[in-house]
Amino acid sequence: MSQFFWVPEVPQAAPVAVFKLTQDFNNDQFPNKVNLGVGAYRTDEGQPWVLPVVKKVEKIIVHDDRLNHEYLPILGLPEFRSSASKIVLGDNSPAIQENRVGAVQCLGGTGALKIGAEFLRRFYNGSNNTKTPIYVSAPTWENHNAVFSSAGFEDVRPYRYWDAEKRGLDLAGFLGDLESCPEHSVFVLHACAHNPTGTDPTQEQWKQIAEVMMRRKLFAFFDSAYQGFASGSLEKDAWAVRYFVSSGFEMFCAQSFSKNFGLYNERVGNLTVVARDADNLKRVLSQMEKIVRITWSNPPSQGARIVTITLTSPELFSEWQENVKTMANRVLLMRSQLKAKLQALGTPGTWDHITNQIGMFSFTGLNPKQVEYLVKEKHIYLMASSRINMCGLTTKNIDYVAESIHEAVTKVQ
Amino acid sequence: MSRPGSSPDEKGVSQNGDPGGQCPLFTNTLNAPVSPETRLLSAFARDTQARKVDLAGREYYSEEGKPFELRLVGKIKQQLSTDPTLHPEYPSSLGLREFTRKATEVALGKHSRAIVENQVLGVQTPGFTAAVRLGAELLRCWYDLSADWCGPVYLSSPCDDSLAGIFQAAGIQEIREYYYWDDKQRGICLERLLEDLESAPEHSVVVLSASAHYPTGADLSQSQWAVITRLITSRRLFPFLLLPTQALCCGDMERDAWPVQHCASLGMELLCAQSFSHCFGLYGEAVGHLLCVLKQNSVLLPVQSQADKIVRSLWARPSVGGAHVVTTVLSNSAHLVEWQGEVKHIVERCMLIRAILREKLRLLGTPGRWDHLTQQGGLFCCTGLNGEQVEFLSNRRRVYLLPGGCLNVSAINCRNLDYIAESIHLALTSSL
Repeated sequence: MSQFFWVPEVPQAAPVAVFKLTQDFNNDQFPNKVNLGVGAYRTDEGQPWVLPVVKKVEKIIVHDDRLNHEYLPILGLPEFRSSASKIVLGDNSPAIQENRVGAVQCLGGTGALKIGAEFLRRFYNGSNNTKTPIYVSAPTWENHNAVFSSAGFEDVRPYRYWDAEKRGLDLAGFLGDLESCPEHSVFVLHACAHNPTGTDPTQEQWKQIAEVMMRRKLFAFFDSAYQGFASGSLEKDAWAVRYFVSSGFEMFCAQSFSKNFGLYNERVGNLTVVARDADNLKRVLSQMEKIVRITWSNPPSQGARIVTITLTSPELFSEWQENVKTMANRVLLMRSQLKAKLQALGTPGTWDHITNQIGMFSFTGLNPKQVEYLVKEKHIYLMASSRINMCGLTTKNIDYVAESIHEAVTKVQ
Repeated sequence: MSRPGSSPDEKGVSQNGDPGGQCPLFTNTLNAPVSPETRLLSAFARDTQARKVDLAGREYYSEEGKPFELRLVGKIKQQLSTDPTLHPEYPSSLGLREFTRKATEVALGKHSRAIVENQVLGVQTPGFTAAVRLGAELLRCWYDLSADWCGPVYLSSPCDDSLAGIFQAAGIQEIREYYYWDDKQRGICLERLLEDLESAPEHSVVVLSASAHYPTGADLSQSQWAVITRLITSRRLFPFLLLPTQALCCGDMERDAWPVQHCASLGMELLCAQSFSHCFGLYGEAVGHLLCVLKQNSVLLPVQSQADKIVRSLWARPSVGGAHVVTTVLSNSAHLVEWQGEVKHIVERCMLIRAILREKLRLLGTPGRWDHLTQQGGLFCCTGLNGEQVEFLSNRRRVYLLPGGCLNVSAINCRNLDYIAESIHLALTSSL
């Protein structure tokens, strides 16, 4: 009798590009290799950085005897949820004062997107939104697609965003897609420091985007993973989100504290919900609680505690802002140095976009052959899209990287 | 507070932030129906009587009535907080490798043939529910690929009320029950259980509790497992084992995991959802694990890649704090001994409470059978009280049980034991 297998012959799923890149980098023996792939902050020594304020707060937590060790409520730590929402919407947000802002503590930014997506699929526009179009920018963080499709949305589409030729925002295309899409479509918007292009709309451009979205009844789902990290200023990086709220949108904002707190491994996220009124908010949260209950049930406490204690103590809060500025400034420094070196080398092309772009990532604009050259010949690992993580640059490797880019651009067409 | 008029011509930009410009959203969202457990919790919270007793909580409560943190865990957390080698890296989506290795070993035993032959996948998850969810998503994935399986999933009657929702959220709609707890026998009725599983369609999934069944506390004996595994094999069913409180049942990691090891030693494919929250007192830290034992190691990498894909659209990666603590303890023999000592203390206390409660009920002359109290192990036990009697307890005596009449033994202590025993007695003897 042939043996019975319950588990069928399963095909191998495609590897995630960015992690494959890091794997290849790790296996590379070349002494001067550089990893410009994965999106995490690195110091000038190329090391991950535990924020000093986080170290401090971790000690406070570990020595606090009064902390209870119970399961967190399903929606998360209440003080975390409210202080996290305040950070993105502003302390004096009228929406908060009107009691129509609530939140769900989630497993990182991904978890926040997941809960928001699951809710929208069930309740957004009628009770079955599997056919409701979800628009994500072209390009976008590749996981956006996966989160929304696995939540049951069958129609995840790109909206025009990056103009490769002029290396900037394709505003006309973006607005065009906003005008022509089906009413009630959902748009995933990057609050700041767009991943992977580093190119954000200006305030004037955001105003235009908001106007069309309001008029055409489109849903704004913000993804805010870099608040503070992009410009060094929490307020500046939250401008778009706050503008939409003041314009009267009911909307979601998925927040991640992985990068601006360096808490990558503690999975600290928050789904902020701006509802029509307090009653609506209550109903939305009650349904989200049910969704959380069958996903992870109770979120982990450690990261949320660290963030809460930091945000709610004036002293620690200022210290955190300083730490965030440190990270943002190092990135800005690398940007200006890289551009200066390329200009000094006389590398063909314009390189203004490197300093015009913002946040961790930069779309260098190198073509696939040039990218391959960098990876294979120079052991400099970057995404096939030409995205580089500025944090991978250090004062020690920046010359090598600049020279290599110069080589790639001049030798490889 | 007035709202600006909302005509489609207006730009919808208002100065004071009133959401007047947009079409009303989510107005069809109803308040989610309240689960019986939630209703209970809110009733307990609203109860202003000083003498209220909550026996429906999920955690292990110490004699002082608080969720218990193990001394060793406190020590290790302090150590880890000053460890300069710990880096805030993104863990892999499948979790910390050392953690999954240890979690796999404690479930299967270090020298399990399945581990040796590379047929085992371990995935760290943010808690027990997440582990069940991931398992359900994998089953759904396999279901899509295989022409043979069409559900359903069988859950014990009773079981954790969130289980059905988890499988349905993963896309497996058909959920059925198999007979488990018998009120009259105050235990498992194997005959009827086997009947239900005999009539299950081939390829069904059966969710079985490895130890410390929630909420009844009634576990299958080894000989009962032998019968069940024979049935599972002959009917080509798929076992999904639950191990949420390993070591808290018998005080012994291995004994509590015996059913998992037994199935694996028979060469069965299985999933097992584990939690380390209870046995390490790490409730708020979401330390879970999904174990997957396969028959052919050729599908190991593909299944791993699927799990990776699923995780990335659920929570991307698990949180590491709690997992570090668990790994540190399980990897160090001195820590292990200390930890086992604390766990033994927890288990002995629960056993003592069960014995004393049984004795009190006997002395009061409470009708019914109470042997099962001391025959079962773990945190929970089923009193066999019916719905009316449970309500009597909450309304008239302020003693809150789970809706099905089950209670958390550790929430009983020297201060409330007499009152609880009296209350149970009254519930069974007053004419209702």
